[in-house]
Amino acid sequence: MRCSSSLLTAVIALSACVAAFAQGRTYQLGSTPSEEEIKARDIAISPDGKELPPGSGTAKEGATVFAQKCAACHGPNGSGGLARGIVPLGNAKPVKIAFSLVPYATTVWDFINRAMPQTKPGSLAANEVYAATAYVLYRNEIIKETDVLDAKSLPKVRMPNRDNFIPARPEWKPGEKRPFGYYP
Amino acid sequence: MGSQSHSDRRRFLKYGGAMASFVMGAVRSVRGQTPTPEALPKDNLAYGQPSRFDNTIRKTTGRATAISDTALMTPLQDLDGIITPSGLHFLMDHVKDVPDIDPQQHRLLIHGMVDRPLIYTMDELKRLPSVSRIYFLECNANSRPLRGPNADSVQLVHGRTSCSEWTGVLLSVLLKECGVQKAASWVVAEGSDANKYTMSIPLGKAMDDILVAYAQNGEPVRPQQGYPVRLVVPGWEAIRSVKWLSRIKVVDQPYMAWHESGNNADTRPDGKGLWFRFELGPKSVITRPSGGQRLPGHGSYEITGLAWTGGGAVRKVEVSIDGGRTYKAAELQQPVHRYAHTRFRFPWMWSGEEAVLQSRCTDERGEVQPTIAEAAKNLGVTPDYFYEADHFNGIQPWKVNRDGSIQNALFL
Repeated sequence: MRCSSSLLTAVIALSACVAAFAQGRTYQLGSTPSEEEIKARDIAISPDGKELPPGSGTAKEGATVFAQKCAACHGPNGSGGLARGIVPLGNAKPVKIAFSLVPYATTVWDFINRAMPQTKPGSLAANEVYAATAYVLYRNEIIKETDVLDAKSLPKVRMPNRDNFIPARPEWKPGEKRPFGYYP
Repeated sequence: MGSQSHSDRRRFLKYGGAMASFVMGAVRSVRGQTPTPEALPKDNLAYGQPSRFDNTIRKTTGRATAISDTALMTPLQDLDGIITPSGLHFLMDHVKDVPDIDPQQHRLLIHGMVDRPLIYTMDELKRLPSVSRIYFLECNANSRPLRGPNADSVQLVHGRTSCSEWTGVLLSVLLKECGVQKAASWVVAEGSDANKYTMSIPLGKAMDDILVAYAQNGEPVRPQQGYPVRLVVPGWEAIRSVKWLSRIKVVDQPYMAWHESGNNADTRPDGKGLWFRFELGPKSVITRPSGGQRLPGHGSYEITGLAWTGGGAVRKVEVSIDGGRTYKAAELQQPVHRYAHTRFRFPWMWSGEEAVLQSRCTDERGEVQPTIAEAAKNLGVTPDYFYEADHFNGIQPWKVNRDGSIQNALFL
């Protein structure tokens, strides 16, 4: 795991108190999915990127993908239109953090892959997703135009605010009382 | 939301006319979906409708018009008791359209760090032991302290909370069937909407009280609420309660999906961002009399409202008629359910003079709802900060003027 950041360490502590739940089946309902069935649906990408598929792309290639499949909503320059612009990435409330709010480049890949383009989500090929991700990161001045993103390089991209996020109280565990005025 | 988001909304207003009519159409026709050939049409005899004199409906603030970027808010001022009728449950989605799912084709896959991945049909889910529980769901963006005309409406300020009786299978039952492996610590839940909406949830909560719900208030969960099956995560911000649930992956870390990292982070005045706050704070609001209403004259009234908390059960609600100088305990509707709306009632004789009505919730852990001034002082911010941040649970004052009109007194 790539959990070097204090955030992930703290967040994992939230849930680390869970014991193992190894039991046998009680109800004998449900069926065993095939490996292919699982693979076809297992699209979520973790911060360490272990689920990323083969393929690659650069911002240069991504500019073409963007013009063809993204500009209709995000505007020809990516500055916004029907949908919000691609710079900055994400939606901070209030906007106090410069550049992208997204903690991991895998988050960008995952969201483009599952939800874009809005007219046909999930239709982009892996190379197109790598290229579009590269274009978005390049436009946010996070990578260079010629950097090649693939399953190995993408998780290594250092997002500008990765360590700028904290759980509200790192020591808090679900169910515990918080101090007065803790919210929001 | 930030200024970026506001300008987005303006753009949506410009382009979203067609979508607006879709949204409103969808609201009206929620009971009138295209019937299958063998089904009878759902007319007013097959499925009873409210009186034609009754206009209890969800509303938006009028800013956004696409279903992916708007909130349809529950008319709290028109409701009684603790249950929100399913068709009036608030709606705040991050998807393009409400998916049209055939339950015969729907499957729930559970896999990842488990001994036995399993896939369930809806029929199989319904054969498992079920529970029914009354839980509220509240959007993390609820109760932002608005200024302007919308502020004088309990519906438009606080209407992103609703409460239902949910029936389904405990997620823990499904996870135990699959045999969760020792190293697992989180689950990733995914919907089958077009965007495959995704959220990470700590395994501890998943093994505790999360419901995989297929019924709401006695009937199948409505399409807008996740038909045929959804998560209900009691006490936590409702963005965790994934609708149209189709997959649970057991994992060893949060996956930092778009809507839980880049799109639902708040930043503190020091520039640090916040993730994973999960539990909602103790909260209450007087729903009658409330902003925008007018008292016809002095005399007897019943002050009533709702209280709820992510901390479990509401222990106490106090009502003040003098803007918080003095409080008296209100009567709580029994039984009080944990993680549910709790109805409170308080008799009041209006003298005809100015009054400021407000309520304060204390939960079972002893957490107390703050005033906006207390919350702002605590964080070192101005009260307007809370318009931009989520999870605001401040006390809501309503000012009753001599002419009987009532206005939001948060900023008076």
